[in-house]
Amino acid sequence: MTNAQPAATTPTEPMVGLAGVHKWYESFHVLKDINLAVAKGERIVICGPSGSGKSTMIRCINRLEAHQQGRIVVDGVELTDDLKNIERIRCEVGMVFQHFNLFPHLTVLENCVLAPIWVRKTPRKEAEESAMKYLERVRIPDQAKKYPGQLSGGQQQRVAIARSLCMRPKVMLFDEPTSALDPEMIKEVLDVMVGLADTGMTMLCVTHEMGFAKTVANRVIFMDKGQIVEENEPEAFFNHPQHQRTKLFLSQILNH
Amino acid sequence: MASAAPVTPDLPPPAATTGAIGWLRRNLFDSPLNSALTLLAIYLLYLLVPPFARWAFIDADWSGSRTQDCSRVGACWVFIHAHLNQFFYGFYPAAQQWRVNAALGLLVALMAPLFVKRFPGKPWLALAIIVGYPVIAFFLLLGGRFGLPYVETSNWGGLSLTLVIAVVGMVAALPLGILLALGRRATHMPVLKALCVVFIEIVRGVPLITVLFMSSVMLPFFLPEGLNFDKLLRALIGVVLFASAYMAEVVRGGLQGVPKGQYEAAAALGLGFWKSTLLVTLPQALKIVIPGIVNTFIGLFKDTSLVLIIGLFDLLGTIQAANSDANWLGYSTEGYVFAACVYWVFCFSMSRYSQRLEKRLQTGHKH
Amino acid sequence: MTPAKPPFWNDPKVRAIVFQVLVSAGVIAAGIYLVRNLLHNLDARGISTGFDFLKNRAGFAVNLTLIPYDESSSYGRTFVVGLLNTLLVSGLGIVCATILGFVVGIARLSRNWLVSTLAAAYVETFRNLPLLVQILFWYFAVFLNLPPPSEAIHLGDSVFLTLRGLFLPWPEPKEGFAWTLVAFAVAIVAVIFLVRWARRRQALTGQIFPSFVTSLAILVLLPLAVFFATGRPLELSKPELEGFNFTGGVAVIPELAALLLALSIYTAAFIAEVVRAGILSVSHGQTEAAGALGLSRARTLRLVVIPQAMRVTIPPLTSQYLNLTKNSSLATAIGYPDLVSLFAGTTLNQTGQAVEVMSMTMAVYLVISLVISLFMNWFNARVALVER
Repeated sequence: MTNAQPAATTPTEPMVGLAGVHKWYESFHVLKDINLAVAKGERIVICGPSGSGKSTMIRCINRLEAHQQGRIVVDGVELTDDLKNIERIRCEVGMVFQHFNLFPHLTVLENCVLAPIWVRKTPRKEAEESAMKYLERVRIPDQAKKYPGQLSGGQQQRVAIARSLCMRPKVMLFDEPTSALDPEMIKEVLDVMVGLADTGMTMLCVTHEMGFAKTVANRVIFMDKGQIVEENEPEAFFNHPQHQRTKLFLSQILNH
Repeated sequence: MASAAPVTPDLPPPAATTGAIGWLRRNLFDSPLNSALTLLAIYLLYLLVPPFARWAFIDADWSGSRTQDCSRVGACWVFIHAHLNQFFYGFYPAAQQWRVNAALGLLVALMAPLFVKRFPGKPWLALAIIVGYPVIAFFLLLGGRFGLPYVETSNWGGLSLTLVIAVVGMVAALPLGILLALGRRATHMPVLKALCVVFIEIVRGVPLITVLFMSSVMLPFFLPEGLNFDKLLRALIGVVLFASAYMAEVVRGGLQGVPKGQYEAAAALGLGFWKSTLLVTLPQALKIVIPGIVNTFIGLFKDTSLVLIIGLFDLLGTIQAANSDANWLGYSTEGYVFAACVYWVFCFSMSRYSQRLEKRLQTGHKH
Repeated sequence: MTPAKPPFWNDPKVRAIVFQVLVSAGVIAAGIYLVRNLLHNLDARGISTGFDFLKNRAGFAVNLTLIPYDESSSYGRTFVVGLLNTLLVSGLGIVCATILGFVVGIARLSRNWLVSTLAAAYVETFRNLPLLVQILFWYFAVFLNLPPPSEAIHLGDSVFLTLRGLFLPWPEPKEGFAWTLVAFAVAIVAVIFLVRWARRRQALTGQIFPSFVTSLAILVLLPLAVFFATGRPLELSKPELEGFNFTGGVAVIPELAALLLALSIYTAAFIAEVVRAGILSVSHGQTEAAGALGLSRARTLRLVVIPQAMRVTIPPLTSQYLNLTKNSSLATAIGYPDLVSLFAGTTLNQTGQAVEVMSMTMAVYLVISLVISLFMNWFNARVALVER
């Protein structure tokens, strides 16, 4: 269990910066004027009702979705339609999905070494050694030769985290990582994520796990209807929410 | 550090991404490759569509009754018009053609309630159709009894013959296919299972034309001398045997798709094999594979055209015959285009119906 | 203590055995009855049984033979000629249908609305037209309406399209051509070693070698270089008009052309749907995950999407190949001399040996079906996704 520590910020540039970002699906205005600056080592938890655009926002950061207005800058590189930029950014940004998205035709080890071999051009032996280290970090080194179909949901999600870490990203994005898991497996994944926060990784998590937010987050952001409504340190956010909508949302998820 | 923002109203998206221009940019011209492909596609359409439209519609002759009414510049639909009766009824005597209409009308009337969503008693209606209709249609079309004059099957032809073969083929293949599928799943009776497997695999492994050859050429050899077999009946036997093997595989897929718990629940209630099959598992299996059954029917409908090779005059056969009619030579293109249109309309409608059914049945499966 | 045995008329095992005995007895009895009738009928018509007729003289000519054949050849040879013609049109059809089917299937998934709509129109049109209608259309309405050889439609001076068929130039190997073939074999071996070396190098150092492009270059350039070095030992035999027809080059008879065209276009429509279903079966999350890891679009396709899509595509694809082979039997309708048309058609009519002829014909198709089924079972077992 870690206490939320202030992040070590570089005074000049944030690790991830969104400025005046708007996005439309057809004519539906899904992101409205998003302004966000994430410093290196900061842990941000994003919450909000479904349809509020929180998943869309973090998916814009690694260009799984494209924004139509505004600027997104990751580690000094601006995100545009330029394929070279997109690929560079994706090497530095790791993503963990709600439905794991492991490659079912490859073993766990092969899942982890695929990108390092083909994108970072790492020799196979080195890639496998590094992968085993990360699999140990997420506590399933013994499953390295198994296929995803043979693992439980919690195990698969931990493999997914290890797979992203093998690319040594500077930022990790989590899109509702525990929403598809059975309750008894949520803890094992959250423990891994807390361990990751301890190493100083910059993290953006979309999640409903408020316990995790209280433990680990530097800032909690509440989004509704495409806008950032409120952002604050966890203590202030949970105990003294400022907006009516935030109060309503918190009362809905904290009291069941 | 806290921040709270007021509610921003929805803004319209940037102009270049919506409306007609936005649609064009996104769908047709969003990359150099796509732009090139779009231009290529437009060029292709330009090469094909105007000449065809000119031949088939603008320069075509629509009215008249003799070959002299055709100017030969465009399509001569007079040819089709003059033979329309033959294309539908074959050589069925004109005075008796009302019987064909009656048989088809009866089929349509009986099947119509099956398409109404909330019609009660659908299974009973379907059973009545499968058992009762062929008998009625048989006497109606063939005649020789109940005061109806006898019309030889060699006079049957055209689209009505195609429908007869397709419907009879389907109606007979369904029960036969069900029996074969049940037999194939009978793991506790290896001899029966082997017989079913051998039949299904042999029939599915050979072309339909060989099955038709066998039934039309060889069947008389297997029967005692003197027993004369109607040509249409021989063809029907071939078609039914062929379709039943494919139907057996479709039904088998459905039986495999019924959850094991259903079989167990029926057994726990004390239902024997036949009762549980007829009352519990088979209805569910058939419901699962209705789209597969419709697809098999579409395939059967297309395959009926093969009977022209063994000398029966289905729709394609009558068109072939008209193409060689000495009074009307040189209109084979019009004939085949007409045949193509008729088959296409039937098959496309049925396949659309099957797709809609599949969607509706899938959303109903919430377990 | 073992449970008491039920009376034998209620014992399911006994019932099963009795039922099977009855069914077998029924089948055997029916079989005997039918065979007795068959022998009696054959005898009455003076038709002998047995396969001796295969040695008899056939006495008719065939307009497309891949092996030497004339009127004095035996019926056995007719069988082989028919079989080769079936394999020819099926093989060519499979290649053409696969290429066309993959193009249309991928076009169907294109983001370009015009392209995907045209592809959809193609599929819906040709899937819903009976194959026989398409064959008859191409043969009677197109190929038989072509101009006679004297007014042939031509492409340059070596490709001619006429009523009598499509005439193409054909390369005739001269002395020294064997060296080019040897060079090609050497190139294949070289490519195998190259790919192995590149893979090992990547495992050791991580550097990626463009082995695909290099292999292609070797396969094309090496034989080409040897070809030119030995003085271009290949002569193009061009078709030339002599009298009422063309000689030289290779002639594709209108029956083959029409059958091939119809089979390819028809089967390609089904293959397109199979390809589309295969690509769609790979969930979008897979592409997203691969993209999120930094893999380029091309690498994503090659390493993640296509391996998974192939598992789903190959079984129905081989089933379509089987359908195409069986559908080639419709050659009878237009007189293309395939197995069914030559053997189960002409030969059966001439000899009356229906049983032997039909069983031989059906046996051929059954063997082809069996081989393809075995391949599919082997393939499915090998690539099945491992699950618990």
